[in-house]
Amino acid sequence: MNDDLFGGDSSQWAFGTDFEDPLAGVDTTMVDDVVADDLALYCLGLADDALIMSQRLSEWCSRAPEMEDDVALANLALDLLGQARLLLARAAAASPSVVPVLPEGSPVPPEDALAFFRSAGQFRNVRLAEVPGGDFAHVIVRLLLFSVARRELLERLRGSRDQVLAAVAARGVKEVSYHRDWSARWFLVLARGTGESRRRLISALDELWPYQAELVRCGAVDLALADAGVGVDPTTYAGAVDAVLGEVFATSGVERPSRGPLAGVGGRLGRDGVHTEALSLLLAEMQVVARAHPRGRW
Amino acid sequence: MPGQADHQAHFDEVIARHDRIEPRDWMPDAYRRTLVRQIAQHAHSEIIGMQPEGNWISRAPSLRRKAILLAKVQDEAGHGLYLYSAAETLGVSRDDLVAMLLSGKQKYSSIFNYPTLSYADVGTIGWLVDGAAICNQVPLCRTSYGPYGRAMIRICKEESFHQRQGYELLMTMMRGTPEQRDMVQESVNRFWWPSLMMFGPPDESSPNTERSMAWGIKRNSNDDLRQKFVDMTVPQAQALGVSLPDPSLTWNADRGQHDFGQPDWDELFAVIRGDGPCNTQRLAHRRRAHEDGAWVREAASAFAAQEEPGHG
Amino acid sequence: MGEWPLYEVFVRSKRGLNHVHVGSLHAADDEAALRNARDVYTRRNEGVSIWVVRSDAITASSPDEKDSLFDPSGDKVYRHPTFYTIPGSVPHL
Ligand SMILES: [Fe+2]
Ligand SMILES: [Fe+2]
Repeated sequence: MNDDLFGGDSSQWAFGTDFEDPLAGVDTTMVDDVVADDLALYCLGLADDALIMSQRLSEWCSRAPEMEDDVALANLALDLLGQARLLLARAAAASPSVVPVLPEGSPVPPEDALAFFRSAGQFRNVRLAEVPGGDFAHVIVRLLLFSVARRELLERLRGSRDQVLAAVAARGVKEVSYHRDWSARWFLVLARGTGESRRRLISALDELWPYQAELVRCGAVDLALADAGVGVDPTTYAGAVDAVLGEVFATSGVERPSRGPLAGVGGRLGRDGVHTEALSLLLAEMQVVARAHPRGRW
Repeated sequence: MPGQADHQAHFDEVIARHDRIEPRDWMPDAYRRTLVRQIAQHAHSEIIGMQPEGNWISRAPSLRRKAILLAKVQDEAGHGLYLYSAAETLGVSRDDLVAMLLSGKQKYSSIFNYPTLSYADVGTIGWLVDGAAICNQVPLCRTSYGPYGRAMIRICKEESFHQRQGYELLMTMMRGTPEQRDMVQESVNRFWWPSLMMFGPPDESSPNTERSMAWGIKRNSNDDLRQKFVDMTVPQAQALGVSLPDPSLTWNADRGQHDFGQPDWDELFAVIRGDGPCNTQRLAHRRRAHEDGAWVREAASAFAAQEEPGHG
Repeated sequence: MGEWPLYEVFVRSKRGLNHVHVGSLHAADDEAALRNARDVYTRRNEGVSIWVVRSDAITASSPDEKDSLFDPSGDKVYRHPTFYTIPGSVPHL
């Protein structure tokens, strides 16, 4: 019997107790020709996408079709949560002015202040991430649309002049590639499995497709950072995203949905802080404990 | 052909030398039945046990705590899976075992029929409930049935992270605001007695203990383990700065162990009967997940059948 | 439609070591089994390579070949006839 069962190397644990500083060991120097607020907003967009997706995915914990899928879904949520944390920390370091002000002496770290003390209008995630959950087909379609686009983004972001973004992208691209392949496989399985699974898949696709265009839309912040070699202009990978989705649809024998993109409000979309009705409800739940203890230590 | 008596003698000899019984070995029917029941109940407990803490994932108050809690609850799903696999080596199917859970024919640990009412409960469950589970489970790494013991080794390694994260959360909260400290104490008050009940009824009213120990399925009696747990926990509570809600809890220098009070066994038996605060809710949650997933499982099977006609 | 079949999972924990049996899982097909194995059995960086094989594809020897006590007809009783002992010397298993 292995007697040092409980000793040993704590680095083997997925989450030990030693990941206090999310940016430890990464060069956090700012690229000098970038507006700090732009970089912060850019990071918030990518962070909020991951955070809200993670929140929706983690709602599946203890509810998946099989135990194996329960474990898989939690892994996806954990990957995105990790990305969110790094990116929020980067946003805060780039421009402390984006971080909500807490009572004097509050020990809440800036990335948590950003996650738990901003209101819906300050979140910059795409609306796809926040749509309330449906059935398992809904999970698969949302994850496919999201991860195909995020993978193309992260792949290009590895070359960012910002060392933190480059590091997040280098790790994230591996994670999100797996998410894409995992969801693409399930997409195929549901499309070809049974009549019911196909019907559910197509209905989820019809519901979520109008949110897809927002993933590859280029805003002013994207453009400014792309020009500086720090961010990526989404229109540069829109074609690649389209090609991957086209391949998944073709292999699965599913027609590309015909509905057009979901309109914004006065031209403003998720990245601009204009969301669906679902986001403030999601945040009310996510933030309730943290907000009750603005001086709390966790 | 060897006869029944030879089989029995060989089995007895393996048990006597503290060796392991493996799946294809001959074993007495009662040994097999006892193992299936025990492993299945253990597996059900892991799966149902995801719910009380899962209840707080969406509300975890920091990103770090959210990641830790999600990873922890995910581990419990893994534990259930390892244990169902071990039970399957005894000739039962996971489907059948899950059906017995859902129909109420097989039980799970009653501790999970208590509600989680504050975020401190996440810490208390890690510290006390996973702590009690570790006391129960470490000896099972040496259980006589090989696959069960191997599943337990894997599980115990992961459980040590569970207990540490729980205790660390409580420690951190105790360094926080007065409200947080009250939250911790209130949570410990609620979970202390149910944790003691996790070791099962007192030995004199635990009919199966003796036989299970003789077979090497169980390695320690309920009361021994409960004592060990109390002795281990008291100094941890002191270090934390919380009190344990038992006026008769004192150090007994003669015994070199703590004296402590008895839990309310009537309450435990009520919870076991199905009248606990959350019994209905926990099973309903599990049933809904199982039913909602049926079309997905069928779709995957149908797809596999198309892809691999050879496998049928 | 019945239960997803059972698979056995083998993980190479680092280069230079053999694949070692780590446990089992259910999956609808081989590809899903491989993904599930990655998600379930390598959550803590335990592996650099994974094998999965359907449990019913494994042919197993008798538990104790030399032992005349073993009754070959006993084979058929179990749906899931084999589990491999993990050597104590393998780290983190
Ligand atoms: Fe567990
Ligand atoms: Fe645990």
